[in-house]
Amino acid sequence: MEPFERLDAVAAPMPVENVDTDQIIPARFLRKPRKAGYGQYLFHDVRFDDAGRERTGFVLNQPAYRPARVLVADKNFGCGSSREHAVYALWDYGFRAVIAPSYGDIFYGNSLKNGFLPIVLPVASVVRLRDLVQQSPGAHVIVDLDLQQVIGPDGRRLEFEIDAFRKHCLLHGIDELDFTLGHRAEIEAYERTQSGATPWL
Amino acid sequence: MTAATRTLLDKIWDRHAIVQRDDGQTLLYIDRHFIHDGSRRAFEVLGERGLKVRRPDRTFGTPDHYVPTNGRDMATIEDPDARLMVEAIARNAAAHGVAVFGLDDPRQGIAHVVGPEQGLSQPGMTIVCGDSHTSTHGALGALAFGIGASEVSHVLATQTLWQRKPKAKRITVDGTLGAGVTAKDVILAIIARIGADGAVGHAIEYAGSAIRGLSVEGRLTVCNMSIEAGARAGMVAPDDTTIAYLEGRPYAPKGAQWEQAVRFWRSLPSDAEARFDSEVALDAATIAPMVTWGTSPQDAVAITERVPDPADFADAGRRAAAGKALEYMGLTPGTALSGIPVQRVFIGSCTNSRIEDLRIAAQIASGRKVASTVRAMVVPGSGLVKRQAEAEGLDGVFKAAGFEWREAGCSMCVGMNGDLVAAGERCASTSNRNFVGRQGKGARTHLVSPAMAAAAAVTGAFTDVRALLGR
Repeated sequence: MEPFERLDAVAAPMPVENVDTDQIIPARFLRKPRKAGYGQYLFHDVRFDDAGRERTGFVLNQPAYRPARVLVADKNFGCGSSREHAVYALWDYGFRAVIAPSYGDIFYGNSLKNGFLPIVLPVASVVRLRDLVQQSPGAHVIVDLDLQQVIGPDGRRLEFEIDAFRKHCLLHGIDELDFTLGHRAEIEAYERTQSGATPWL
Repeated sequence: MTAATRTLLDKIWDRHAIVQRDDGQTLLYIDRHFIHDGSRRAFEVLGERGLKVRRPDRTFGTPDHYVPTNGRDMATIEDPDARLMVEAIARNAAAHGVAVFGLDDPRQGIAHVVGPEQGLSQPGMTIVCGDSHTSTHGALGALAFGIGASEVSHVLATQTLWQRKPKAKRITVDGTLGAGVTAKDVILAIIARIGADGAVGHAIEYAGSAIRGLSVEGRLTVCNMSIEAGARAGMVAPDDTTIAYLEGRPYAPKGAQWEQAVRFWRSLPSDAEARFDSEVALDAATIAPMVTWGTSPQDAVAITERVPDPADFADAGRRAAAGKALEYMGLTPGTALSGIPVQRVFIGSCTNSRIEDLRIAAQIASGRKVASTVRAMVVPGSGLVKRQAEAEGLDGVFKAAGFEWREAGCSMCVGMNGDLVAAGERCASTSNRNFVGRQGKGARTHLVSPAMAAAAAVTGAFTDVRALLGR
């Protein structure tokens, strides 16, 4: 996993509630091998028409937002299917962080496992930030995980919360699996106790 | 927290916590792990790291997402990438010593149908699967939730997950359900009430006399759609109904261990004074057969209602979403839902493909004909559900009425196997998601119960199934 570095990047606005992972990446692309890359499938059916041409109205098809690495979304972003490909698609396109008032729980977890930062901010802060990047296409947003701050185009600093363990893993690119394998002794001890208490399992 | 105020969630969580960190993260032991034909990536990760499955005895697999439903021959899977997915689960399971119910096994089916059916899902367990509808298994009194591919590889390698404990929400449904009103209508009414994000960060415990009055199959339907309200897990406390359901199932405990397990399961229900972070209550008597009109499961109303006017939503976000949804669905505000024509009917999915679902649909279909303008199909949730339905003659009822009778799989709920709804077609579907493009690009999905789906099939339009009952 890549360490999460301070971001100073274009932010794209997506003022839509309940963006489900079927929208982020339609099911028919999930069978593609991971190494083939998923950026081309991101928001595929809203980004492209039936002939494969870009839909001009879609945010990422507007020149100023093409290089976006931060997405400013709406509540319950990433709800629905557990497909981790939704995170692969965002990542492969170039996104490194998303800002929203809330997320689908599974999407939130999947993001952290891939070095992608889902930031939770209060509704009013998200709306103000989203309006700013909508009014000034191409405006930058700074994401500083170490300080747990988002800095908007207006210079306003917005603090966000994240579990210390998750933050540590993201900042240092630590893979959770390696960390857990270090707890092997506790897992073995748990299994011994459990097989005594609930032998039918 | 004192012992007398613990919830079902607390009791399961505490038993499975291996390491608790100060920052709120818990290393949770996983009792049961279901894998399917979408699990290929997780095995690749194991391979890249040279890791083995830690507990193959706790892991069970069945291909479901990509399997054909018009036969059992993998050679009929036209898309080579899809065929690779189905082949991969057999190969990976064999390499790691994991049991798989393959396409040649009558126990094959949708993971969330197979687990309970085999007695693999039991009260008090932690259960995971790389699929968001794993919440289904909570109906047995388990803590069951969906995970992503990275978490699947983590569970395969360590039999654990790092998790933050969810908050507890209790949804109480008291009273008696009316005739023709089923578990599907209950959960759609709940989601309509609390919203698609109404339970984000929570595990839901469903309680009340109407929930206790449901069969285990009905409870599976309710818990299945917890994720559509944002809850990763939904659960029902184990009771006599649960225990009677499990007794004698292939993987349920036997003999002295059965007695010991039952004693343990009896200790699991939330204490009388248990504290929940939030509570919601519904009156069962007010719930009617439901149908969705939009592109989120929260867009559900009674069949007696009309397509809403987006302008009537007070919330700006909801208003914008409703406007876009109606455009996609090709619906005009004020149209009565009853009478809107459908072209497709799908009875199946991990929500509604069990024997009781097929029985009630067959009851409506019996002696009637699928409308000439409708193409309808029934996809049993497992090979064993199919076999049971055939033993009861339900297949004959469906076929005589003009339904297609298929093999088990996820099928048209998500269309990964090629069972798709065409663009612009309207589908009455017993599945769980009416998202844009879910059943195919441009497909218009309306979520309904199996009884309502059968009623739509035989009348050619959404119809209040209560009018077709009691002939």
